[in-house]
Amino acid sequence: MSLEIIGITVLWTFLFGYVIVASIDFGAGFFNAYSQFTGKEHILNKIIQRYLSPVWEVTNVFLVFFFVGIIGFFPKTAFYYGTTLLVPVSIAIILLAIRGSYYAFETYGTKGHRGYSFMYGLAGLFLPAALSVVLTISEGGFVFLVDGKPVLDYWGLFTSPLTWSIVVLSVAAVLYISAVFLTWYARKAKDWQATKAMRKYALIWAGPLMISAGGIVYELSFHNEAHFNRMMELWWIFGLSFLLFLGTVWLIWNRIKYGLAVILLIGQFALAFYGYGFSHYPYLLYPHLTLYDSFTNEAMAIALITAFIAGLALLLPSLYLLLRLFLFNQNYVQGRTK
Amino acid sequence: MVNDNALMYSRFLTELTLSFHIIYATIGVGVPLMIMIAQWVGIKKNDDHYILLARRWTRGFVITVAVGVVTGTAIGLQLSLLWPNFMELAGNVIALPLFMETFAFFFEAIFLGIYMYTWDRILNPRKHLMLLIPVAIGASFSAVFITIVNAFMNAPQGFDLVNGELINVDPIAAMLNPAMPTKVAHVVVTAFMTSAFVLASIAAYRLVKGSNHIYHKKALFLTMKLGFVFAVATAIIGDFSGKYLAKYQPEKLAAAEWHFETEEKAPLLLYGYLDDGEVKNAIKIPYALSILAHGNPNAEVIGLDQISEENTPPLYIHYLFDIMVTIGMWLLFLSFIYWVGTVRGWSLVKTKAFHWLIVFGGPLAIIAIEAGWWMTEVGRQPWVLRGIMRTADAATSSDHVDTMLLLFSGLYTILAIGTIVILTRMFRNNPVEQELQDRKRGGWR
Ligand code: HDD
Ligand code: HEM
Ligand code: HEM
Repeated sequence: MSLEIIGITVLWTFLFGYVIVASIDFGAGFFNAYSQFTGKEHILNKIIQRYLSPVWEVTNVFLVFFFVGIIGFFPKTAFYYGTTLLVPVSIAIILLAIRGSYYAFETYGTKGHRGYSFMYGLAGLFLPAALSVVLTISEGGFVFLVDGKPVLDYWGLFTSPLTWSIVVLSVAAVLYISAVFLTWYARKAKDWQATKAMRKYALIWAGPLMISAGGIVYELSFHNEAHFNRMMELWWIFGLSFLLFLGTVWLIWNRIKYGLAVILLIGQFALAFYGYGFSHYPYLLYPHLTLYDSFTNEAMAIALITAFIAGLALLLPSLYLLLRLFLFNQNYVQGRTK
Repeated sequence: MVNDNALMYSRFLTELTLSFHIIYATIGVGVPLMIMIAQWVGIKKNDDHYILLARRWTRGFVITVAVGVVTGTAIGLQLSLLWPNFMELAGNVIALPLFMETFAFFFEAIFLGIYMYTWDRILNPRKHLMLLIPVAIGASFSAVFITIVNAFMNAPQGFDLVNGELINVDPIAAMLNPAMPTKVAHVVVTAFMTSAFVLASIAAYRLVKGSNHIYHKKALFLTMKLGFVFAVATAIIGDFSGKYLAKYQPEKLAAAEWHFETEEKAPLLLYGYLDDGEVKNAIKIPYALSILAHGNPNAEVIGLDQISEENTPPLYIHYLFDIMVTIGMWLLFLSFIYWVGTVRGWSLVKTKAFHWLIVFGGPLAIIAIEAGWWMTEVGRQPWVLRGIMRTADAATSSDHVDTMLLLFSGLYTILAIGTIVILTRMFRNNPVEQELQDRKRGGWR
């Protein structure tokens, strides 16, 4: 494997980690706000607090890791994406900031105001929308070089059906991932009411997820034909992903094996995510930037990969400890210990 | 082809975000160590008051960490959004410590989560204390790594620039640049010092407000002692920082000292103001600049006459330098008097007036941090990478920076108000006296 491929694989893996962990987080915030809004707060509140509390900061680090890593491995992305993404990414930062700080204020500070959790929930829906714009831009057609400087065509972006399909997909995915995960988590906590509510949400959001995913493939067929054709070459990956999706829905529908459902769900998204990534290869930004012409020098690449391996050796055991204490500890999950 | 508006607003936004982040970052670096020390003292002396101290500090700490994390995420992204040309170059040479910093965050975040949620679960207090070690290490190392990046901006090395092409990149050499040792040491030690004085302010404030509880007195004595130790270290390392500047960035030292003429036996100027290029009303300490710069009263110190006009940093950094050094000396003095006075039983240090002076110590230390950063960053101008890339060439060409500046100003206002409100409410609704009583009855919250 070339250094470029190793680099992008590492980064893509962390981004995938972020997508899953953050989706659970964003979705949970939304369900929490929604249940408060409809007056059923006590069903979900406890479960969600219990899951979110110990991990929220870790979630954010996944994102930081990705954007710091991409500047390290592919410094030219700073020039192209840095210049063009000012507005969408700034909005995302502000939403993240509101979410992160209000969460901490409410959890550790004083017991909450309804307005907080409402904003918190809403920010969780706008965030995937704001962040997914980056994917849309990467498909090309929205960035032009003017006097050698990249410029973003906001109007084109805003009016493109592709943008909106990707936004819908990201929101549906967030709610679906989160609902499936929390169904399992609530069952583990022996909280039957919450299990029931989350199961319903999981089934509700399965439909929009698939419809919007199909919509994107269709949009791509004329927006970026090269990418579409490469996706078609990899059709079996997406097919497999779809089968796993059916598996998850089937399990949830029949109220069995929620743990397996979560594993299938992760498999489904992993296949789709890596399939999308492979078919995007070698472009980081159609048609301006590829993996190869943006790559850092060899010395830096080797140093980064070495640091990465050393870092993982440190992190994996600690992450395991965290998960064991909070996610897989029966007593904690069921609320018997604080 | 520089977009002047974008440049100006990018500067404002960077200054704003960093100045805001540094407050939380400094507390984030220093407070874990203080918590660790308090908990350790509590275990060793078998004294519940120190354990409770550690616990209450931790509660406040998570709030500051949260804001530190979100503002840190903001600055991390803004560096690429506002200074894409700089980050493209820097990414090639100095990405390694930036990347390692994320591991330090990761490590800290994981263990902080565990520490927070195991107060009542792990029965052995020594074991629980062990969980803090990775938190403190992670926090200190995030400061170390980010400061290495900043040191590189002041003394870039580890690559060759041939016809605009970067070659022979050596990431390790870039990290081990000459600015690194003093900068890293000064930043870390000042973070410890500031955290100690901030915590001392809180304890002193309680005493001023009429509490007479021994808990606050213990807290005050502990933090003032620590503050004194770190203030001494700060002054010593500050002196080394001056020597570094004299050797590698003479223009910064000369501008900070209004040292216009290269000369031997150079005097140090404190305070004063500039009137048409004339220094007025300054206190002149003979030989002191030569000593600060080279450790030798007869040494020659380079003045601004040897620096070309276009490479001279703004002269107002002199005031910033004065603010930092004055506060450093004042806090050193104050904590020394408090320590000696407490040991010897002077009644002076128990007066309300003296406690008020300590209350102001925390905010002053933060002002010193801000002044220090502004001095070194403005003193690097006009360069973003000294001698390699000018700030004006590094900025984005985007047209929307002014709007973003407004949005972020709003955000930081909200965050600042939120932090203050939450922290005061948190401690007011749950005073120590109350908590100690609850504890006796066997119920922790
Ligand atoms: C509590 C805060 C604080 C206090 C009391 C002091 N400093 Fe400081 N100083 C900093 C906080 C700071 C800082 C914020 O940490 C800086 C800014 C950037 C840096 O590297 O450290 C800094 C930078 C800095 C520099 C510039 C280094 C460079 O540009 O590379 C010098 C020469 C000094 N300091 C010297 C001193 C001296 C002689 C002090 C006498 C007591 C002193 N500082 C007290
Ligand atoms: C955390 C404490 C810091 C503060 C308060 C701070 C403050 C400042 C200030 C006031 C300027 C503007 C100087 C001017 O334009 O006259 C500046 C410039 C800059 N700083 Fe720092 N800085 C800090 C640390 C850092 C670090 C660690 C980095 C690098 C990783 C950094 C990156 C930059 C960049 C890229 C600029 C160029 C923009 C400019 O010159 O305006 N800063 N900073
Ligand atoms: C010398 C000045 C700085 C110091 C001492 C410092 C230190 C810290 C600390 C202690 C935190 C809190 C982390 C935690 O508790 O988990 C933090 C957060 C953060 N800082 Fe800074 N920082 C500085 C400047 C910067 C700069 C210039 C950048 C941009 C490259 C930056 C990027 C970040 C990021 C991305 C986070 C959030 C990390 C997370 O998600 O956990 N910091 N910083």
